Amino acid sequence: MSVLIDRDTRVVVQGITGHQGTTHARQMKAFGAQVVAGVTPGKGGTEVEGVPVFDSVQDAVERTQANASCIFVPAPWARDALLEAVDAGIRLATVVTEHIPFHDMLVMYHYASAKGARIIGPNCPGIAAPGRSKVGIIPNGVFRPGRVGVISRSGTLTYEIVNGITEHGLGQSTCIGLGGDPVVGTSFVDALPLFEADPDTDLLVLVGEIGGTAEEDAAEFLRHRFSKPVVAYIAGRAAPTGKRMGHAGAIITRGRGTAETKVAALTAAGARVARFPYEVPDLVAETLAARGRR
Amino acid sequence: MVKLAEWRGKEVFRKYGIPLPQGAVARSPEEADSLVATGQVPLPCVIKAQVLAGGRGKGGAVQFANSRDEARAAAASILGLEFKGERVRELLLEEKLPIARELYLALTLDRAARMPILIASAHGGVEIESVEDREIDRQAVHPFPGLTGYEKRRAAKVLGLSGAPAKALDRLLEALWRVFVEEDAELVEINPLAVVGAGLVALDAKVIVEDDATFRHPEYAEIRDDRTPLEEIAREKEIAFVQLDGNIGVIANGAGLTMATLDVLKEFGGRPGVFLDLGGTDDPKKVTEAFLLMAQAKPTAVFLNIFGGVTKCDTVAKGLVEAMGQVPKADRFPLVARIRGNNEKEGIEILRAAGITSVPSLKESAQSVVRAAGGSA
Repeated sequence: MSVLIDRDTRVVVQGITGHQGTTHARQMKAFGAQVVAGVTPGKGGTEVEGVPVFDSVQDAVERTQANASCIFVPAPWARDALLEAVDAGIRLATVVTEHIPFHDMLVMYHYASAKGARIIGPNCPGIAAPGRSKVGIIPNGVFRPGRVGVISRSGTLTYEIVNGITEHGLGQSTCIGLGGDPVVGTSFVDALPLFEADPDTDLLVLVGEIGGTAEEDAAEFLRHRFSKPVVAYIAGRAAPTGKRMGHAGAIITRGRGTAETKVAALTAAGARVARFPYEVPDLVAETLAARGRR
Repeated sequence: MVKLAEWRGKEVFRKYGIPLPQGAVARSPEEADSLVATGQVPLPCVIKAQVLAGGRGKGGAVQFANSRDEARAAAASILGLEFKGERVRELLLEEKLPIARELYLALTLDRAARMPILIASAHGGVEIESVEDREIDRQAVHPFPGLTGYEKRRAAKVLGLSGAPAKALDRLLEALWRVFVEEDAELVEINPLAVVGAGLVALDAKVIVEDDATFRHPEYAEIRDDRTPLEEIAREKEIAFVQLDGNIGVIANGAGLTMATLDVLKEFGGRPGVFLDLGGTDDPKKVTEAFLLMAQAKPTAVFLNIFGGVTKCDTVAKGLVEAMGQVPKADRFPLVARIRGNNEKEGIEILRAAGITSVPSLKESAQSVVRAAGGSA
């Protein structure tokens, strides 16, 4: 068993006839995912990469029993695409699309939540469970099946770290790139219970970055409700500070949200925090070895 | 994000029916004089520099005038100012109102709660960060019903309003909510919101709209803020580009990887100067443009750190080699390249043919670029 997706996950790719949609439908299939349908309004009846294309998600679900969506639809239409997927009964949607206005994402998130659906993303690399399935865009080559879970707010930095873990001779159970937008469908805190419950994950790598308080909230969860060892890395210690959200934003986060507060919170919660991406694999290996000796 | 100057924010407020002082914009002392002379701005009036930085009151960027002469003199003195690095080019002249109390109101996003949040405080007219936490009321507002009656009543209570001013607040909050949602704002803030007689007036307006929503609001795409000229060119080409005062140029893809690269460079004594995030691109031309832009920033050395996903290694390599042929001799810089991920082999081969070696280790490549830039490492 892995987290959120498995061999029986049936993927519909929304926006499959676009360049990214086509490319990544092919990559997902190559990774072993069951890509059963594509959707592009007006292109129903055609085929892309051997995958039948439908005009609507409802058609796709009725004809192929798709149960997870991967959305590549451009930002101005992404909200509509997600709402359509949820209404068609999809309960797991990975939104790869970037530059979705957060006001749209607020609607998407609360609509999906009300209907019991989960969104990963937006602006995210998605989910990969090596040897099982993939819903998203993480490069296939960085993975190797194993027992390390990875959750991250970054894109390419996730690839970098997963690749490092693989080059060290270890492998991953499930990797989820949550996306770093202001509003995400699934946060660290939402994802942590999934890894806690996953019998195939022995250790979790958490990759965070400056801004917001998602890492501090994650630390709070780790402290009380997470039993597995955690290795973390927070990007942006050397980044210039900028007041992105101005005064009102500052009083929401008051004294939280910097690299220092995140590292301190995670360390206090028992996580081992790497200073650089390339320290992560060593810390993972050491932690697993120490655990094996216990 | 696009920060709107006060007068632009007030234009937006006006559209939605938020009460404002009577006023107008001037760009010269003569214009200011004529606004007062024609009664478009009644006396006494206040003259405010239209800059984006806060704290204008203390910096001489806000002045009062009781006569045409005073208004003209104030306009002349403020227009010459450079306020926190920003040259004052526009003024807002407004009638001076008899203020009974100053309040604070804002709507913004609470990322952790994934909800808009209404912030209210009876202590307006000062920087909200300096107000005690217990004097600030926060209410998460669910996006579906939007701002409800009971939430507005609670805000009125917090602000100490009842009767006619409370009714005025109800209408004002309705309008403010519409501004927040319909204008795709990240922040709408009124500080101070003045109690004037039985009504409320927005004395200031801070509106920040979201970049990503410019497809719905083309009018905001034209507004420039405090970017440097190179940052402006980068923006037009959709490359994230930030200039600092170091000497090492960094080209990476993705915000997280870019930040991690800075962390590593700093550790080895490097001073990152310009960083440029290619984001996700399949187009070698965009990579070439990015390098040419980097060359214009005159870095001592450049570190290319790419992990290929959507942006493939061979795309980057092609764009880089093309750019190297175009950079004038005088602007050439030592380059350390590290390309990993999708199409890594093809990318490395293209670079090798052009005499560029890709260093696979992040640590070693970072050390090497710091040395090339004359740093410690």
